[in-house]
Amino acid sequence: MTRQAGPSRARPRWVLGALGVLAVSMVAGLLDGAADISPWQVLLQAVDWLPLVHVDSGLAPVEQGLLYELRLPRVLVAAVVGGLLAMAGAAYQGVFRNPLADPYLLGAAAGAGLAATLAIVMLPAVAGSIPVAAFIGAVGGVFLAYTLGNTAGRAGGTATLVLAGVAVTSFLTAIQTFVQQFKVEELQRIYSWILGDVGGGWDQLWLVLPYAAVSSAVLLLHGRMLDVLSVGDEEATSLGLRAARVRFTVLLAASLATAAAVAVSGLIGFVGIVVPHVVRRLAGGSYRIVLPLSLIGGAAFLVLADLVARTVLAPAELPIGVVTMFVGAPFFVTVLRMTRRSFT
Amino acid sequence: MRPVRTAFAGALLGTLVLAGCGQSGTTTATPTSAPATTSAPASASADFPVTIEAGNGKVTLTKKPERIISLSATHTETLFAIGAGPQVVAADDQSNHPPEAPKTDLSGLKPNVEAIVAHKPDLVIVSDDLDKVVAELGKLNVPVLLQPAATKIDEAYEEITELGAATGNKAKADEVVSGMKAAMEKLAAEAPKDKKLTYYHELDQTPYAATSQTFIGQIYSMFGLTNIADKAPDAAGGYPKLSAEFVAQADPDLVFLADVKCCQQSKETLAKRPGWANLSAIKNDRVIQLDDDIASRWGPRIVQLAESIGAAVSKAGAS
Repeated sequence: MTRQAGPSRARPRWVLGALGVLAVSMVAGLLDGAADISPWQVLLQAVDWLPLVHVDSGLAPVEQGLLYELRLPRVLVAAVVGGLLAMAGAAYQGVFRNPLADPYLLGAAAGAGLAATLAIVMLPAVAGSIPVAAFIGAVGGVFLAYTLGNTAGRAGGTATLVLAGVAVTSFLTAIQTFVQQFKVEELQRIYSWILGDVGGGWDQLWLVLPYAAVSSAVLLLHGRMLDVLSVGDEEATSLGLRAARVRFTVLLAASLATAAAVAVSGLIGFVGIVVPHVVRRLAGGSYRIVLPLSLIGGAAFLVLADLVARTVLAPAELPIGVVTMFVGAPFFVTVLRMTRRSFT
Repeated sequence: MRPVRTAFAGALLGTLVLAGCGQSGTTTATPTSAPATTSAPASASADFPVTIEAGNGKVTLTKKPERIISLSATHTETLFAIGAGPQVVAADDQSNHPPEAPKTDLSGLKPNVEAIVAHKPDLVIVSDDLDKVVAELGKLNVPVLLQPAATKIDEAYEEITELGAATGNKAKADEVVSGMKAAMEKLAAEAPKDKKLTYYHELDQTPYAATSQTFIGQIYSMFGLTNIADKAPDAAGGYPKLSAEFVAQADPDLVFLADVKCCQQSKETLAKRPGWANLSAIKNDRVIQLDDDIASRWGPRIVQLAESIGAAVSKAGAS
């Protein structure tokens, strides 16, 4: 296809292709794992889960249980988290008109990291305290950065906001490190949370899904407005767009998506930057196409990254954050070299 | 679970804070020459001077140390067990056993040399050379013994013997070691080995396990148990983070929890983890809650750890 083709014509084809990739990666994610179960039996079992169909997979109850309680929700959580992080990344890049913006820019990661650390140290016995704390921390971090940015600079200005995010990140990370110094024996748990994990079962999925639905809906509806915003605030205003308000809404939705993803999975780096860029290289820069494709592409990417994380050293696991960076970076560079189309 | 955490902390601190702690070996000749400057009076004991082959090289002590600082919970336990307790003036913040140990706010994981020296020690015992503590104390002519975490049971015995020699309690230390050896051999001999039981030793609910390559794994091997974590490749290390689905499928006969005190894990919390409710260890009530501290230290209390393992194995073997 020619790159000049308008997004309206290219869109369905790209979305269908991306959905195909996602479906293949999810099936792959379901078929392989640390437990030694033949892919054929997994497939039969997956068919058995479908409504109105009954197939005998020949699997023992404990194996059926682990597929249903561990592997299936894990694939789904990876998909949701990857989609949210990539879409939030694309949205942040649109709001800030900065291709290097990512979901963690505005203090979300630092806030989540600090809150999760406090939860690990102070509430080790309270089940589910870490995701709730991470969620509150992520929202709090963004809120702090936003408030500071608006107090320090022009309301709605992006440069001050980014700088406030950097300051908030440094400050919160300092407190987190300070707390860790007093609880050195908890370092391992904090460390493994920071490197990310999408295991944890259906609970994690139900926890993230409502926020995922709301934030995705808001962001996908704002694609066209982000396109208008990309011409500059004054032009956007002259075209009848309330730039500051659009920016605030998108920021809020993207931060909600980030907070939800961080809450269930810890800090998984690189997805929010690499996926939107790859999408832009392949399908053009319109946010009407970049946002949905980032959602689907991020989902496929994280499902595959998690597949690598839990099989490469099986039955041991690698932290998924290591895989996203280790595998993602060379892949990213390859795509940059292959397309050679500069993003402006 | 302290050795693992310590290893992690060490790895973290090692990579983030200090660039070259590996060089400590070259700078540790200092403690040897240290006593010369203090013009030591002729020792009353025939055991001194004594030279110990420690983790930081040969360390010579010209007289019996009377102001010992232990920055390792394991070594604090050992010192008290071998009768060196009265000589210990300060122990680190993790030294919670025995109760009479002079626990202070000194940190063994983030050692502060000034705070250590303020106690005027004539011997400092550490299990990790974190933040170049060995070299820095060496500069100040304070003798340091580095006795790292044991990787084999024999190393644990050896360290107890060496601490006995270093503190002038050699006879008592030898007695403790031979008592431990006898007790361990008796426990191993009593264990039913025909059952071919499998086990999972949990360090952390994420879930981190310990393989048979580790110190703790060796103790389990004495009872003829098969470790499910041994299927993890060497690259994953002695303390691999296992896949939850692998543990579910492996369905170990026995589950030993070393994350009870720290993280309140139990049969009930295990049953709540996705996919684990049907584990036979949970159904058959074979989840054993260990004492986190006993299960992570390589001191005299390994006998107590072995006793709890032995009891669980006998119970499982009987039914």
